Amino acid sequence: MTAVTAPSPVHLQILSRPELLASVRGVAQDLAHRCGLDDIASCHFILAMDETLTNVIRHGYEGRDDGMIWIRLEPMECSDGLRAVIEDRARTVDPASLQGRDLEDVKPGGLGMHLMRTLVDRFEHTPREGGGMRVVLEKRAAA
Amino acid sequence: MQSGPTLEIVVERSGNSAVLTPKGDVDMARSPVLRKAIGDAMKSSPDRLVLDLSAVSYMDSSGLATLVEALQNSRKGAVPLSLCALTPRVRSILEIARLNTVFSLFDSREQALAS
Repeated sequence: MTAVTAPSPVHLQILSRPELLASVRGVAQDLAHRCGLDDIASCHFILAMDETLTNVIRHGYEGRDDGMIWIRLEPMECSDGLRAVIEDRARTVDPASLQGRDLEDVKPGGLGMHLMRTLVDRFEHTPREGGGMRVVLEKRAAA
Repeated sequence: MQSGPTLEIVVERSGNSAVLTPKGDVDMARSPVLRKAIGDAMKSSPDRLVLDLSAVSYMDSSGLATLVEALQNSRKGAVPLSLCALTPRVRSILEIARLNTVFSLFDSREQALAS
């Protein structure tokens, strides 16, 4: 009998540079598949994570490219699925102030927050102890 | 998935229609490349603009914003814009953003050009 072990967590530390996001997506894609997410669910998890990182770069660090971002990707404990914990030292944002646009009002921009909230099963956005923000994203595999 | 900020875009003419085929992920780093290519194509005053998305496996909100901006500009310029050959991933992203009903979507380039 072969023991099946969960994939190990992955810890990443990147600078706030948009060109680095593709590499993060590549790591998350591999882990998402090994955590049981199908292709569309993987894509949705990665998009929610990507939108979070884009927000950190664009709004948290206000476009600076020397901000630090920590990303922990880990299998969920009780079911197939993947969790991302994203932390930064950017300016603290009141989660209540983050609103996406009305989807009926079709115009460029304003979709990121909507995508972050709807593409995953859990989206938690809180101030980080010591400054910055902490975001937790979870996506469960379909039963 | 790609790394780096480059996005290859094949630009073709089919009759009086312009067809753009971006190849790769359209994300925060690369969507400006697509925005410029669409703007350049619009300047050539085509009868129709078709975006063939068969080689785009990932698009983020900046990519969606680029498409919405292109749609607005196409309406201003009276140049019909069609999207075709979407991958299942990109189609699902459009659906979640409820943009699938806003754009003219076609299964193939041929269908888009014949519409």
